[in-house]
Amino acid sequence: MIMTARQTTQAYTRTAIALHWLMAVLILVTFSVGLYMHGLHLSPFKLKIYSWHKWAGVTAFLLLLLRLVWRVAHRPPELPESMPVWQRMGAQAVHGLLYLLMIAVPLTGWLMSSAKGFQTVYFGVLPIPDLLTKNTELGNLLRAIHEWLNYLMLALVTGHAGMALKHHLIDRDDILVRMAPWRRAIAKEKRT
Amino acid sequence: MKLIQFIGLLCLAALAGSVQATVFNAVQLDKSRLDFTFKQMGVPVKGGFSRFAAQLNFDPAKPAAASAVIDADLSSIDAGSAEANDEVLGAQWFNAKVFPRARFVSNAVRALGGNRYEAVGKLTIKGRSQTVTAPFTYVGQGATARFDGAFTLKRADFAIGEGEWAAFDTVANEIQIVFHIQAASLPAPRK
Repeated sequence: MIMTARQTTQAYTRTAIALHWLMAVLILVTFSVGLYMHGLHLSPFKLKIYSWHKWAGVTAFLLLLLRLVWRVAHRPPELPESMPVWQRMGAQAVHGLLYLLMIAVPLTGWLMSSAKGFQTVYFGVLPIPDLLTKNTELGNLLRAIHEWLNYLMLALVTGHAGMALKHHLIDRDDILVRMAPWRRAIAKEKRT
Repeated sequence: MKLIQFIGLLCLAALAGSVQATVFNAVQLDKSRLDFTFKQMGVPVKGGFSRFAAQLNFDPAKPAAASAVIDADLSSIDAGSAEANDEVLGAQWFNAKVFPRARFVSNAVRALGGNRYEAVGKLTIKGRSQTVTAPFTYVGQGATARFDGAFTLKRADFAIGEGEWAAFDTVANEIQIVFHIQAASLPAPRK
């Protein structure tokens, strides 16, 4: 009986959970690499790590498109009624902003690369067209925008993870568990 | 009367001669360009030299007698980014302190038909020389002419990019040189 205290109202689909965590890891790694790489002295390693950063960004963008299509086709579970309205609105606003940033961050990265005169060629094979021609000032401006959007995303992701933990540890609801990669296993255990 | 006719003929001959012997010998540097393209991690990057000197002597009627000398000031390079511009002047790349210029000298131009020609010459970079063949087109318009051409060099032949840069997995070996030279025809100075 105590086991059922965390009521599992509705669940995210397996695909939604997989995409969420895959992107979480990819974004964290790409962000950390981005933070590290720009201070490097020019070397073959720097050219390689810049390329990998860009390819990871394109991959995250493609995964996001897939995720958005999936989300439209598979309605995510509602937030529990136990949450005050302002909290539900806040959570939805943060989720919306995170989606916007997951679009804006790779887009500004691609645009700054074009403006700095370096086309993005996905895995060195697939050239992505340049929307902008080389323009150093615009490149520097886009660099600053890319950087600040990333810091905003870092703040929101920190808040997002913190709130998920708060739901799990203080409110003791199923908000975190329903997105947990091990959720299925727990559900199975419960049934047996 | 005969004398006047004779003088007239002389003038015509002189005129015809001068038309035939349009020698393009004054390069207009402000209307000329010396650029290059290379691949870095599969990404084509454009660059160029903003300062170079060029001497040319090209008579379309006598291409075999043509000659060209082009000197690029390596410190004027645009290699795609500010950090690359600093990097390529260093010892591993051009070693520009010791070898400040790249030089192309050609005394062998041959006609390929139509407006196409090729210049065979000696390219010297970083103290190393190679024979290169640069095909180009010639378009003459009155007293000016435009020469457009390109050729590919292998940076390893000139030790451009040594040490950690010697491998071609980041910066490709092939570098395409693209030139656009505009020249005027100036009369030879009177002796």
